[in-house]
Amino acid sequence: MKAGRFWAWVVFALGAAYFFIPLIATVEFSMRMRRGVYSFDAYKVVLGDERFQATFGYSVLAAVFTIILGVLIVVPAAYWIRLRLPQLRPIVEFITLLPLVIPAIVIVFGYIRMYGSNSPLPFLASDTGTNALLVIGYATLALPYMYRAVDTGLRTIDVRTLTEAAQILGAGWGTIITRVILPNVLIAVLSGAFLTFAIVIGEFTMASLLNRPAFGPYLQNIGANRAYEPAALAIIAFAITWGCMSLIQILSRFAPRSANRPN
Amino acid sequence: MRLPTQWLGVAPFFIFAIMFLILPTLYLMLGAFQNDAGEFTIENIVALAQPSIVAAYWISIKVSLASSLIGAFAGLAIAIAIVRGGLPDWIRSATLTFSGVASNFAGVPLAFAFLATLGRLGLATVILNTLFGLNIYAHGFNILSFWGLTLTYVYFQIPLMVVIIVPAIDGLKKEWGEAAATLGATMSQYWRMVVIPVIWPSFLGTVILLFANAFGAIATAYALTGSSLNIVPILLYAQIRGDVLHNAHLGYAIAFGMILITGLANVFYIWFRTRSERWLK
Repeated sequence: MKAGRFWAWVVFALGAAYFFIPLIATVEFSMRMRRGVYSFDAYKVVLGDERFQATFGYSVLAAVFTIILGVLIVVPAAYWIRLRLPQLRPIVEFITLLPLVIPAIVIVFGYIRMYGSNSPLPFLASDTGTNALLVIGYATLALPYMYRAVDTGLRTIDVRTLTEAAQILGAGWGTIITRVILPNVLIAVLSGAFLTFAIVIGEFTMASLLNRPAFGPYLQNIGANRAYEPAALAIIAFAITWGCMSLIQILSRFAPRSANRPN
Repeated sequence: MRLPTQWLGVAPFFIFAIMFLILPTLYLMLGAFQNDAGEFTIENIVALAQPSIVAAYWISIKVSLASSLIGAFAGLAIAIAIVRGGLPDWIRSATLTFSGVASNFAGVPLAFAFLATLGRLGLATVILNTLFGLNIYAHGFNILSFWGLTLTYVYFQIPLMVVIIVPAIDGLKKEWGEAAATLGATMSQYWRMVVIPVIWPSFLGTVILLFANAFGAIATAYALTGSSLNIVPILLYAQIRGDVLHNAHLGYAIAFGMILITGLANVFYIWFRTRSERWLK
């Protein structure tokens, strides 16, 4: 067992080296902008760049709309499947897995061909339409994560009893979903939301092919033209991802363990 | 009164999925078998056999396979180390948290991080050169190459493996180890005849998931290598932007090929997963 522990430490140390060296190197590189001394100049330049602010703002907004759209699609579907339509579960689970099978570039290629200016549904004919299509595309990318998060949340509450209790008190379907079910799965929804945010914020493929002024294409553009700023941006992006994942972990502490009673 | 309400609840989901997931994909798949006049043809599929496209598929498959296998074995080793290695508890939870972050740290920023590490002026490159006199670029290494890209992809492949496989290793029941020991099994017999057969399906399943994950990825590769490394998604990207192949339907055929490969991979994934779930209830 002693030898086993030794090898465990070796494996762990090698893994830690592989994962931390790029982070350290990136931090170091991002601080090299001023010759001879370490400085935060690259961060100042990046954060002060108008295009950074504009594209980052755009992507945050896109992420917010994506989360709203995702919740509107997923929560009612997951709720009714749990309550009344369990026979649809395999189909819905299969569909939510599709975005993991079909690469994002293929999905957006399909959009470009199907919803072009000359099509019956010309999303791409206007800026608003294209923005909407980007949000829709992001919602498909986030679908597997959002559905899983919400479904896990629903599993821990007694959907049937809550629904019946609300009905006895005279609540309609809208009230039940928005004021009974949603608050109960709020933590699960928020976990899905932060994961969606982490995926969407730096997304490159869809934004670039739809010609949207988003953060991902901006990152790529800076990478192709600057030396030190990309490293600073990589650290910022890592911090954002870290923030989203930490929030999910913190939220999971507040989640109900499991209250599901057998029917 | 009830039937319409419940179908209304699931309707947005199905309308969304059909309009923005299924139909666009079908549109491309049908387009792959049509010519400009809309007639059925397999010419586009046959045209995939031209050397530049075959080369793109081949390098994509190689990068995806190499990064998924390296990521899988390294991830498995780390998972076993933190679950079964007798390391302190905080290492396990810290590793899992970090894996959650790193598996989502992909795309363009990841490429920047590796350029800052193993690029010509990267920290690791410089340190290896000044401290050990080892100029990796003189020895043929280049971050803008097959191995450079593979090494970069491994950064999100390993953590993904760790996140998925740790529950499977946790699912190994203590009683199985005790039962094996009671029957006189040695440690290596226990691993060979109990642990590996139980973990095997979820391991293979995850390898396939990692493969599909790498195969469809474009942002990291594009930011890292521009178009100097011609993987399939980058070829398709160029085709969508500017019809570089001078045949719109050939783009459909490339997309069809990608779906075929990731689709097949996922059929195997589902098959392996149902097998692994038998044990890990």
